[in-house]
Amino acid sequence: MSFLVVKLVSQRIALGLMLLLAASALIFVGTQMLPGDVAQTILGQTATPEALANLRAELGLNEPALSRYFSWLGNALQGDLGTALTNGKDIAESLSGRLGNTLFLAACAAVVSIPLAIILGLLAVRFRNRWPDKMISAVTLATISVPEFILGYLVMYLVAVKLRWLPSVSIVRPEMDFLDRIEAIAMPVIVLTFVVLAHMMRMTRAAILNVMESAYIETAELKGLSAFRVIASHAMPNAIAPIVNVVMLNLAYLIVGVVVVEVVFVYPGMGQYLVDHVSKRDVPVVQAAGLIFAAVYIVLNTTADIIAILANPRLRHPK
Amino acid sequence: MSRIPTSALIGLVFTSAYFLAALFAPLIAPYELGAIVGDVWEPMSSEHWLGTDGIGRDLLSRMIHGGRTTIFVASAATILSFTLGSTLALTAVVVGGWVDMLLSRFIDLIMSIPTLIFSLVVLSVVPVTLPVLILVMGLLDTTRVYRLARAVAQDVNVMDYVEAARLRGEGTRWIVFREILPNTLSPLVAELGLRFIFMVLFVSTLSFLGLGIQPPAADWGGIVKENKEGIVYGIPAALVPAFAIASLAISVNLVADWVLSRTTSLKGGR
Amino acid sequence: MTDLLKVRNLKIGAHVVPPQGKPFDIEIVHGVSFDLAKGRVLGLIGESGAGKSTIGLSALAYGRGGVEITGGEVSINGRDILKGSLGDLRKLRGHEVTYVSQSAAASFNPSKRLMDQVVETCVRHKLCSRSEAEARAVTLFEKLGLPDPQNIGSRYPHQVSGGQLQRIMTAMALCPQPDLVIFDEPTTALDVTTQIDVLAAIKDAIHDTGVAALYITHDLAVVAQVSDEIMVLQHGNTVEHGETGQIINRPKEDYTRALVSVRSIEHEEKAPTDAPVLKIENICARYPGLSADVVKNIDVELHAGQTLAVVGESGSGKSTLARVITGLLPPHTGKVIFDGRPLSAELAERSKEDLRELQMIYQMADVAMNPRQTVAGIIGRPLEFYFGLKGAARDKRVNELLEEIELGPEFRDRYPAELSGGQKQRVCIARALAAKPKLIICDEVTSALDPLVADGILKLLLNLQKIEGVSFLFITHDLATVKAISDSIAVMYQGEVVRYGAKSKVLAPPFDDYTDLLLSSVPEMKLGWLEDVLAHRKMESAGN
Repeated sequence: MSFLVVKLVSQRIALGLMLLLAASALIFVGTQMLPGDVAQTILGQTATPEALANLRAELGLNEPALSRYFSWLGNALQGDLGTALTNGKDIAESLSGRLGNTLFLAACAAVVSIPLAIILGLLAVRFRNRWPDKMISAVTLATISVPEFILGYLVMYLVAVKLRWLPSVSIVRPEMDFLDRIEAIAMPVIVLTFVVLAHMMRMTRAAILNVMESAYIETAELKGLSAFRVIASHAMPNAIAPIVNVVMLNLAYLIVGVVVVEVVFVYPGMGQYLVDHVSKRDVPVVQAAGLIFAAVYIVLNTTADIIAILANPRLRHPK
Repeated sequence: MSRIPTSALIGLVFTSAYFLAALFAPLIAPYELGAIVGDVWEPMSSEHWLGTDGIGRDLLSRMIHGGRTTIFVASAATILSFTLGSTLALTAVVVGGWVDMLLSRFIDLIMSIPTLIFSLVVLSVVPVTLPVLILVMGLLDTTRVYRLARAVAQDVNVMDYVEAARLRGEGTRWIVFREILPNTLSPLVAELGLRFIFMVLFVSTLSFLGLGIQPPAADWGGIVKENKEGIVYGIPAALVPAFAIASLAISVNLVADWVLSRTTSLKGGR
Repeated sequence: MTDLLKVRNLKIGAHVVPPQGKPFDIEIVHGVSFDLAKGRVLGLIGESGAGKSTIGLSALAYGRGGVEITGGEVSINGRDILKGSLGDLRKLRGHEVTYVSQSAAASFNPSKRLMDQVVETCVRHKLCSRSEAEARAVTLFEKLGLPDPQNIGSRYPHQVSGGQLQRIMTAMALCPQPDLVIFDEPTTALDVTTQIDVLAAIKDAIHDTGVAALYITHDLAVVAQVSDEIMVLQHGNTVEHGETGQIINRPKEDYTRALVSVRSIEHEEKAPTDAPVLKIENICARYPGLSADVVKNIDVELHAGQTLAVVGESGSGKSTLARVITGLLPPHTGKVIFDGRPLSAELAERSKEDLRELQMIYQMADVAMNPRQTVAGIIGRPLEFYFGLKGAARDKRVNELLEEIELGPEFRDRYPAELSGGQKQRVCIARALAAKPKLIICDEVTSALDPLVADGILKLLLNLQKIEGVSFLFITHDLATVKAISDSIAVMYQGEVVRYGAKSKVLAPPFDDYTDLLLSSVPEMKLGWLEDVLAHRKMESAGN
């Protein structure tokens, strides 16, 4: 590990942290950008002046925005995300279990979709411009053109209603064992797989093609090496970094897809929780959930960049 | 000018059909948007071509009216994001220096939060009306247009012919409109199609989540939401708007692909 | 004498997939035949599109990107390799026939150590043990004059220079002790002072190992140094094939004669006038954010109606000097005096008149013209911009300019993509002339062109200078061009002018070290030139 790599990686981590900080500010500002009064909007036009005053005090609206932001951020960093307006419960407590559920769902979808995407990407390259490639890209185009919730209902209609293989909603309870959980989330996993598969496959295909078209692959072929040797020894070491990068970027994409899919299948995760409280205008919950989603997204993107730095031979072995 | 390929022709026919239906919705829809004209979830019949919805409204009429809303919101947001995004990008590239730096970093920051999450955060406090929706969607998507337009314009901006124009003493307007813009147009037009699709999906998703178009107005995403309970009883009413969204998206995609390939080959330009 | 390589009536086609419209097939090599005996070196020479690389790769039964051998016979050691199975081909490639490409930098796998790549063929084809292969490689590294031959193999491709990579690629090709090596423009991408060393190393290695070689290049002077025989190709046909001495000294065909006499334009030096059109005083400049000057203390002048050639290798700062003069890169010290008046350092502060009188022509004509504008639009814009010409008056002047660059009015409505490389450069010249400038900066304007086309452009420029009285600041790395066109010369090295004066003075001894090295490194169209130069250099270093 060279000094340059350490420097670049730490720079990237510092940038990620700064982004995170800026994103938190943006989320905070986003909930303050109402022209009128937040309390008024939350409670509606019919609210009594006392109720409004109480809510204002509770939200700390009487203090300047800057100090409210810093106290919110300071508390959030200590794990205190405040209490929900709607039911007065501690947000961190309600979130923790749901975050686990969401990560479990996303992880399962990743386990299914990543190998599938890479295999399909390789197939598309292997049979480039022939029917397997064309079929894969047609299916890809179709899935990209369909929003997540529609894919969700299509799968639900086919699997749960027509075929009656699974129940139509994904209810998980803490006491369920692993296999039951897997069965419960089978449908959302299928949908999420579709959602990210198309993007991941396309980008994997492009990354491998890019490597396969480079001059050093021609050199390897002109050395009379076997096809396997060309791919395993010359293409793979250079393709791995872009592929891992692609995977990371799509995991970030997965995090967003989760929101909608959870609503479709009534799955008790972060996404459903967020959407619920947006409709209820429960600002502290929305801020907290938004912050967590943004954090996961930024962490994944930063990881993708760091992997790209680590995999670059020019940086690993400087002159 | 060569013949239009079949795939693009199909895309063109479907896209124009949807846009025409949106334009003349009040004339061609058999019933009013909110009129209850039948039983709950009636199957398809000569009376109601697509059947009726969860409270007995004609589904075809709702689809036509809803399509008008969906297409209108998506178009308006696309136009907003597109004009703003490409204007900012071209300015950033031509002016360069700290303007470019500041704008690009700010866009990076907005893009570090997933669009859907950010829009949910904002929609949790602002009243959800049509203009607000268009504004939020358009502004958030400006970031993507900016990224692409900046990258494309940057590629053109470093070309020797742009430098030659600068050395000739041409003003910024000539450089932007005569040298850079004509050479960035084809990728931008193709992107216009993709952004429109994204907007259709976005507004549908928001409506489905109950945070987009508010009743009594209707759009395709909202119609899915209204009829989603039917799915469990095997009633496919919710899949009708699903089909509409998907087919519109695919049609526009086919057209965009064709535009891109046609303009790239034009006189060997980009 | 046994024939190692036998090519009979070779036809090669390409499958072209245009972005629009139907794919089609074209033939790019139309029945070429030749033999190559063991240990002989055949030079394949021709301009771009002659099919020379394609023919070279056919000895490996390989077609690059849609290229396919459609007919004829290629046999190596008596076996028709076009009929062999994939397994047979693998035995051939890398073992009997190996390949050295133009761009070694792209041809090495960036994530593997050099030694692993050099010995890979030997190890994978089980020709010898790894340690034996490594020993062979080290010997070859030594023979090819690489520094630290014991350890250079443990480096990664990006850790060594371009000239070194080219030698290592040669070592990689020779390591399996093949019967035939295909050299595909191995020195074209290198600077001229690097080229001579690599060329000498390749020649020695070929000689010492007794391997046969196909040496592909567009530079007849280069191939004359290494090959026993030469085959001249044009548009996929053989023009002439003979012993090197015969081709160079007694060419039979007109086309060969043209190639041999290329770059022999004579131009008589003009005496300096008393009014310099351009005077550069003590210019120092650096790129923003960098702490070192890219050009340092430049003092040169250029007289009206004359040509100053600024010559140097890549990284010498010659193009940066052009950016300083045009105002794209304001210098931090010094000034540019143009036609007796000082020019503003910043482009934005210059008057329209200053801009008009100072025009520029670029190396890559295809990116110097807006692909969306027609020829008439491109040439007409400066007419309209500087002189307010419109309509018929503008059209008339555009036609005159088109005549001047020997193209004619039928080119008016064409787009740049519809022109050949030479025609594009001519349109760029017309665009510069349209402004009626006093000075035109020509930045490597002939470097991207084939030699014969480049000659045509140089002749045109000389002729235009005579008619219009315009001055040229001619930036180039090519000394033949310098000799052909300049009245005075500035030699640049590492950002400084190391030698400056009238052409006759600069090109005559006594030389400084760098100019000597530069001048003596330019390949000359005669047999034995390489040996002479190397012997001369050896003598001199012994004398010191």
